Amino acid sequence: LTKGKLTLLCDAKTDGSFLVHHFLSFYLKANCKVCFVALIQSFSHYNIVGQKLGVSLTTARERGQLVFLEGLKSSVDVFFRSQEEPHPLQFLREANTGNLQPLFEFVREALKPGDNAEAAWRCPVLLVDDLSVLLSLGVGAVAVLDFIHYCRATVCCELKGNIVTLVHDSGDAEDEENDVLLNGLSHQSHLILRAEGLATGFCRDVHGQLRILWRRPSQLTAQRDRSLTYQYKIQDKSVSFFAKGMSPAVL
Amino acid sequence: MPRPFHLEGAEQLSVTPSESVRRGAERELEMLESLLALGGLVLLRDSVEWEGRSLLKALIKKSAAWLVYHDLFRDPLNWSKTGEALPEGPLGALRAMCRRTNPGPVTIALDSLSWLLLHLPCTTLCQTLHALSHQDSCPGNSTPVEPVHVLGLLHEELHGPGPVGALSSLAQAEVTLSGAMGQASAHILYRRPRQRPTHQTQWFSILPDFSLDLRRGPPLELQRHPDPHTPPVDPTTQLTFNLHLSKEEKEAKDSLTLPFQFSSEKQQALLRPGPSQATSRIFYEPDAYDDLDQEDPDDDLDV
Repeated sequence: LTKGKLTLLCDAKTDGSFLVHHFLSFYLKANCKVCFVALIQSFSHYNIVGQKLGVSLTTARERGQLVFLEGLKSSVDVFFRSQEEPHPLQFLREANTGNLQPLFEFVREALKPGDNAEAAWRCPVLLVDDLSVLLSLGVGAVAVLDFIHYCRATVCCELKGNIVTLVHDSGDAEDEENDVLLNGLSHQSHLILRAEGLATGFCRDVHGQLRILWRRPSQLTAQRDRSLTYQYKIQDKSVSFFAKGMSPAVL
Repeated sequence: MPRPFHLEGAEQLSVTPSESVRRGAERELEMLESLLALGGLVLLRDSVEWEGRSLLKALIKKSAAWLVYHDLFRDPLNWSKTGEALPEGPLGALRAMCRRTNPGPVTIALDSLSWLLLHLPCTTLCQTLHALSHQDSCPGNSTPVEPVHVLGLLHEELHGPGPVGALSSLAQAEVTLSGAMGQASAHILYRRPRQRPTHQTQWFSILPDFSLDLRRGPPLELQRHPDPHTPPVDPTTQLTFNLHLSKEEKEAKDSLTLPFQFSSEKQQALLRPGPSQATSRIFYEPDAYDDLDQEDPDDDLDV
């Protein structure tokens, strides 16, 4: 279990959310304290998928291992609160979206080490699904980058935890803000996992291709090991990986 | 208060008073010598695939005798409001460096210029960088001041051509990082005053202790040696058709002149039309429906 790393998940022409489910269940099983900022789906969605992967989010939340910010539900709360009470999704309410500092404060509060028996958890983990939706909600790319910068300073460097976040790659669609966000995050990451659809289109047996790129090699191993490519197929309870062209369906 | 040299998680500003660069006899060290000897801004342009932070650290290590580390990573935007952060943020820190009193040689390393470009207007940043790198023209100082070296890391994909162009025009040297086959390379463009710009490409790798290992070129591709145990196979054997020509067939083929090939015989034949060549004639037999009007239909055109 490496510590202090920022892992960037990115998908292009396909759905990379299976990676989010994987990391969520991986860190929960590894007994880490997880703060999950879930802006895309509801809690029950992640719970159902989590159960297939062998974790129960409800149990994790009840015993304090998982702090879950359900964006869909709590975004409505923002408008029914008085303005003095800070809310993590405060930016939804502001006309000129300033910054994501309230969201950062929420994350910091959630992952700060407690005084009591909470110290039993291993390293803290921040999981965000996903950051591209913040751009759609009106937050600027620089503000999102600043948010991740502060999270990195606190979670990765100070608390020696990990961050995993998903960003969509707009590809051909000329989305400058998203490109700035994606490139800025790529420069900050230690590991980039990129799920791509196959260039030739949709296939029943091979769902896509996963490219793995290590940046900032800490051991400075031979440069040849920096990047790998696998193809994958998503099954009901797992994902199977194989080398390019080696899918069992075509061999 | 100077803190111990801490490289992890860097988005830091470091000021390093440097010793004078040692002149090595090896030609290979020329790149470093040139980069660090120039006063002014050295721009390190990297990309997601070929990162430049390791090279920046290697250059810092090469030039530094004593390192002062400004931690602007923890709280650059003053969100914590504890009073620890510098009041004006990174720009204030940079401007403070413009008013230095120490006359010795100084190297300032900026990680990264991209962060500054995203948060500050391009013009402000360019003015500050210009003021930083041209401190030897300080009017108040009577003693000559050694030039300031500024090393800046810039992530190319994050900015449009305008800001990148502005920064590169300020720079005395630009190092663009790329590579091939797993080996990193630096393409260096020097802009010395009153001289033509010069290029140099240097292949390198960074060792775990951040020292530079300069290479001659990319690692050679593994040559495909033919397997000595299997003899080369002749594909023309065991065919159901004949690919070979007999001796007579070869002779006939070689002596054949191609119809449109211009040889001397053809040239003679064309220059002297012999009696065997009749002028060409057209034989035309009109139908019942043909209109044999000998008049020129375009006669009435006034062209």
